[in-house]
Amino acid sequence: MMQGRAWRFGDHINTDLIIPGRYLDDPSPSNLAAHAMEDADPTFPRQVRQGDVIVAGRNFGCGSSREQAPVALKSAGVSAVVAGSFARIFYRNCINVGLPVIICPEAGSMVRTWDVIAIDMSRGEVALASGERLSFAPLPGFLLAILEEGGLVPYTRARLKGR
Amino acid sequence: MGILVRAIMVPRTFAEKVLSRASGKDARTGDIVTARIDLAMSHENSLLVLTAFREMGAGRIWDPEKVVLLFDHRVPANTVKAAGGHKTVRDFVRSSGIPNFYDFREGVCHQVLPEKGHVLPGMLVVGTDSHTTTYGALGAFSTGIGATEMASVWATGDLWLRVPETLRLVLRGPLPEGTSAKDVSLRIIGDLGSDGADYQCVEYTGPVVDGLSLSGRMVLSNMSVEMGAKAGICFPDRKTLDYVSHRSRAKLAPVTSDQGAELRETVEMDMSSLGPQVAKPHAVDNVVAVEEVAGTPIDQAFIGSCTNGRLEDLEEAERLLRGRQASPKVRLIVAPASRDVYIEASEKGILASLARSGAVILNPGCGPCLGAHEGLLAPGERCISTTNRNFKGRMGSPEAEVYLASPATVAASAIKGEVADPREVRA
Ligand code: SF4
Repeated sequence: MMQGRAWRFGDHINTDLIIPGRYLDDPSPSNLAAHAMEDADPTFPRQVRQGDVIVAGRNFGCGSSREQAPVALKSAGVSAVVAGSFARIFYRNCINVGLPVIICPEAGSMVRTWDVIAIDMSRGEVALASGERLSFAPLPGFLLAILEEGGLVPYTRARLKGR
Repeated sequence: MGILVRAIMVPRTFAEKVLSRASGKDARTGDIVTARIDLAMSHENSLLVLTAFREMGAGRIWDPEKVVLLFDHRVPANTVKAAGGHKTVRDFVRSSGIPNFYDFREGVCHQVLPEKGHVLPGMLVVGTDSHTTTYGALGAFSTGIGATEMASVWATGDLWLRVPETLRLVLRGPLPEGTSAKDVSLRIIGDLGSDGADYQCVEYTGPVVDGLSLSGRMVLSNMSVEMGAKAGICFPDRKTLDYVSHRSRAKLAPVTSDQGAELRETVEMDMSSLGPQVAKPHAVDNVVAVEEVAGTPIDQAFIGSCTNGRLEDLEEAERLLRGRQASPKVRLIVAPASRDVYIEASEKGILASLARSGAVILNPGCGPCLGAHEGLLAPGERCISTTNRNFKGRMGSPEAEVYLASPATVAASAIKGEVADPREVRA
């Protein structure tokens, strides 16, 4: 169960907006976090707090395959991304770095910035500030397992040890 | 045997066939399979792959022959940090015995891999770059993945993949003289939208595709990811087999979709009256006919990248620029996609001719495409470019604008100092 303040974004937020190419020569999470989303909303890096949730429209994370995009969001404190739909590489990258992703088109029209929402990944439920609940299809078991391990690195480490 | 029997009975898509072979299962659309990877490409971000690989506690690469590494994004190194990253990867390549490593001189990954014979029809290829879809032009199922999952591929050789639905595009022609693969691609993305092919395997078919060279097909496959596609395939024909057999001795096993295979959708598009197209800022699907934006002043014109930095692109641009000068208001930059392209263009006199017209010729590589070095844009500046993305901030300042077009349109615009219709400049 996760709970956090929502940041609303629109459709087609691409990975150049999430973390611009000009900052990629320094892959440290602190550098990426310091510039997360700044071209989409310059206040984001300063005001984002641990546990915040991004709620966006269609095709979130389109564009470059840079894994620094979900790393930037995660390092900035974002606990989950809820969107109408995701670009596929970004979606995979989120799971692989341990950032929960939720496909829930209704959330985009019902959540406003600063609403506090709660997410239950295994039940597939978003609880809105109004008390209303939206359901989404939970991730397949093995993807939830990767998220629960904290991402693909610890997951594979465990898998290699088990061999 | 079981797989074979069913394969004969049920017509299957290209994606189903490649992923069945790679997973050893009868993979059907919508299934999630664990597939063995035939070829795994990484560029500079192999540094991130390497970090994750070490954190996973993996000792050896599953099959060093199947890994190709190269540097193309920041070459020669543009910062001390980039230089350090290159060094770390170089040291790793030496110690781990990866035979296929192309250092900073060879060019953009998506040109170098096909050119050096690494990509074969029917292969399952993954790369830590979204435009890995380019190799679909050779009939490979090829898609982009993240750095961490590449580390897991290095360690285990396999990856989970969902068998995608198939969207078939039938492109009717003939293409008008002077209309290029880039114009076709921009029109398709303009019509379908930037998520119009999300998660799909796009199959490009029809007379337009048959008529294109491998370079032109690479433009279609390359740009497929700009409408969300997982893969963008041109089925192998004589031209494909010629291209590949000149570069590889491997036995070829081309794959195509079966007649009657279940497709999500088949879309027919008529390209017989298509003129030059331009994608306006800041979205690749913001596509209009060149007439609508002609006259917009520009500060920079770039010809290059994994989309349009091939020999025929440079030749096309040179034909327009020959004996003319780029406008003094415009910085014209040309980056051949690979060293081979550079050498060939240089031997044919194309580079000299472009330089005479005022172009700055860069070393092979990504060049200004990703806004990391070489030709960044200042706030308020406008660039017309043969690359594949015009997102805000992509080529430098977030207050700059990028227009995407074909090499001919970019060359014509460089001459006039404003977005221009190549048909008028040519006349
Ligand atoms: S040329 Fe541009 S799009 Fe192609 S690989 Fe390089 S940075 Fe990416």
